[in-house]
Amino acid sequence: MTTAAGTPTDRSVLPVTERYTLLGWLRRNLFSDLFNSLLTLVALASILIVARLLLRWAFNTAEWGVIPANFNLIMRGQYPAIEAWRLWLVIYLLGTVVGIVWRLIVGQFNTTARVLVAIPLVLMLIPFFSMGTRLYLLITAVASFAGYFIAGYLPILHRGRAAVYFVIAYLVVMLILLRGVGAEDGSLPPVQPILWGGLLLSLLLAFFGITLSFPLGVLLALGRQSRLPAIRVISVIYIEFIRGVPLISLLFMGQIMLQLFLPDGFPLVDRVLRALVAITLFSAAYTAENVRGGLQSIPRGQYEAAQAVGLSTYQSTIHIILPQALRAVIPVLVGQFISLFKDTTLVALVGIFDLLGIARTIIANPDWLGTQQEVFAVIAVLFWIFSYTMSFASRRLERRLGVGQR
Amino acid sequence: MQEIHASQVRPPFYRDERVLGIFSQLLVVIIVVGLGLFFYNNMITGLREKHNIAITFSFLTQTAGFDIGESLIEYSRERTYLRAFVVGLLNTFQVAVLGIIFATALGIFVGVMRLSTNFLVSKIAAVYIDIFRNIPLLVLLIFWAQGVFLKLPRVADAIVLGDAVYLSNRGVAIPWGIPTESWSTYLIILGAGIVVGAGLAYFLREQGKRTGRMPLVTLWFIVTVAAVGLIGWIVLPQPMTLDVPILEGFNTQGGKILSQQFMALLSGLIIYTAAFIAEVVRAGIQSVSKGQREAATALGLTAAQTLRLIIFPQALRVIIPPLTSQYLNLTKNSSLAIAIGYPDLFAVAGNTILNQTGREIEMFTMIMGTYLSLSLLTSLLMNIYNRRIRLVER
Repeated sequence: MTTAAGTPTDRSVLPVTERYTLLGWLRRNLFSDLFNSLLTLVALASILIVARLLLRWAFNTAEWGVIPANFNLIMRGQYPAIEAWRLWLVIYLLGTVVGIVWRLIVGQFNTTARVLVAIPLVLMLIPFFSMGTRLYLLITAVASFAGYFIAGYLPILHRGRAAVYFVIAYLVVMLILLRGVGAEDGSLPPVQPILWGGLLLSLLLAFFGITLSFPLGVLLALGRQSRLPAIRVISVIYIEFIRGVPLISLLFMGQIMLQLFLPDGFPLVDRVLRALVAITLFSAAYTAENVRGGLQSIPRGQYEAAQAVGLSTYQSTIHIILPQALRAVIPVLVGQFISLFKDTTLVALVGIFDLLGIARTIIANPDWLGTQQEVFAVIAVLFWIFSYTMSFASRRLERRLGVGQR
Repeated sequence: MQEIHASQVRPPFYRDERVLGIFSQLLVVIIVVGLGLFFYNNMITGLREKHNIAITFSFLTQTAGFDIGESLIEYSRERTYLRAFVVGLLNTFQVAVLGIIFATALGIFVGVMRLSTNFLVSKIAAVYIDIFRNIPLLVLLIFWAQGVFLKLPRVADAIVLGDAVYLSNRGVAIPWGIPTESWSTYLIILGAGIVVGAGLAYFLREQGKRTGRMPLVTLWFIVTVAAVGLIGWIVLPQPMTLDVPILEGFNTQGGKILSQQFMALLSGLIIYTAAFIAEVVRAGIQSVSKGQREAATALGLTAAQTLRLIIFPQALRVIIPPLTSQYLNLTKNSSLAIAIGYPDLFAVAGNTILNQTGREIEMFTMIMGTYLSLSLLTSLLMNIYNRRIRLVER
């Protein structure tokens, strides 16, 4: 069947798209008038100056030897080298679970999936990695492939629910592997969380901070919007108090005072756990304010309609209000999660060796004096990669969910 | 049989919304108050039994016995803890106020760059924003302090800018004014100038309201004050002399020395916050619909008039609330000073005083109370301003 004239597929009625030549583009965007041309020249000059400075530093001045020498520290902190196989196992399992979940939820091996599988393969190219490390990375890539294909043959009815179970199971196994169980001389000796460090700890703190503070934040937001005065007042006081004080004061308070609040003889709470509690409580207040923005954007008609069809307050909140409210605030929430990830660096100030804490110990090491620029540049790039990926992913998710379009 | 209307049937009490509401509130209140009492009780008994101390603020009048690197008011180790606390508070104020001013300026600059039609300029701003929004502030600050300011040359080989500014690993020496005897007279003249300027501005505004032709009130105000200030400067015998630092042996003499820690903290905060403010400004300007600009042009307004009377006032309404939270963030973020050794409120009170006295509860009450009041005060001021510029609706 041919398309009728006038439908958008008919090329003849589409507006003529201007075809730019390179010169035309340059004139339009860079040299449209005298002022614009001057701006272009100034901008070009500053780019050249900065680029020259950076390149000179990176290739002439910087002593990069400090990075390969301390690479294990940067990645896993004081985690015992003998137990490093557990971390690799955690990574293989992560690859597998990502493969499984991808099959269950997305269902096709698209560009994003290819990029994800390519990550360990590209990491293999890093020059100072040993052959062993490269092999382990290859296993990770293979494991994620395997997860993807195996999941296709699993007899699964509720795909979404199964994916959630897989993720929860993975988290439990991961924590057991990291923390260890049983006796000191057993096959899986315990490793105290204070020994976890580097990138490993930063990512764990961020992940658990986000997953724990999110539900708390949603509850607080609902509490602040509640018709019940007592619940509203308590939520408001909590949110405003937390938002009024710096995170570092909460972290110090957690380290110094938490034990004071607990009864005598209560076992000492782990330092890392104390920091996680502080981060979670802090972030929940900000999440609550963001979610409240979404709740306020829901028109009254939605509440009334839900009531009219006979839904209870609980049902209308879960099925009608929250899904819409959360979808509306995805970009803000992801921004909030990124700042939580960045805020985890503050634990370095209370004696926990996350990525930043480890960086500070490396530059304090007499063997590596004067390497502040190199070490901090690498740390900053690592943080940047993860934050930027999160904001990039959020923009993709926004488009898929059609925020602002329906 | 009589028909019963639905509204006459009362649901059983366990499904009555009102009963449920009261019940759930009671439950939450009991849990929260119970937890609070539990913590409080543990704390009080713990303190009494283990350390044999009660909560009191009397230690604040004791001698501090420690030095503070920099201070806006007179301070020595013989002064009290309270004085040390105030020194820290003023240092926080100093960084916060200067940081807010410069971050706003840089943020607006980058935000406008981002909106430039020039491809390169816009991309430079985009790269700046994307880099600094995705790096933790603490990493930036420590990098800045240890990787840049500490790596500056020694004083003897200091980098000299225009024979007046010396950059070295001790800090930055800049020219500074030193007031002479006539300085207080000059201040009075300047005050009078501000009063005259404000009066003129009020008169102009009233006249503008009456005639419908609003003159450039703010510009007139600034011109008046500047004119009076200039006349005073010429008439009086030098109210202030300029003290330019000079290199003498291994040190700089004269001028004002901004410490390496202060400069690292301030510039780090400015660079970081400006990236966020730039996004706020960009979003605000973009929120003004294209039709507004077109309508203004159609009415015959010039480009400058369109910007001043149409675009800017409307953009400001969108910009103010997120800008407020950026200001609050900057103030709270200044507490990261502890990582690079600048003696701000948190470093002095939460670290030094606390470690010396062991008064955790008292110190944390004071610190959190101070930050909380600072935050509430800033929000209050910005809310008042926001109400003034808000769209007046029917």
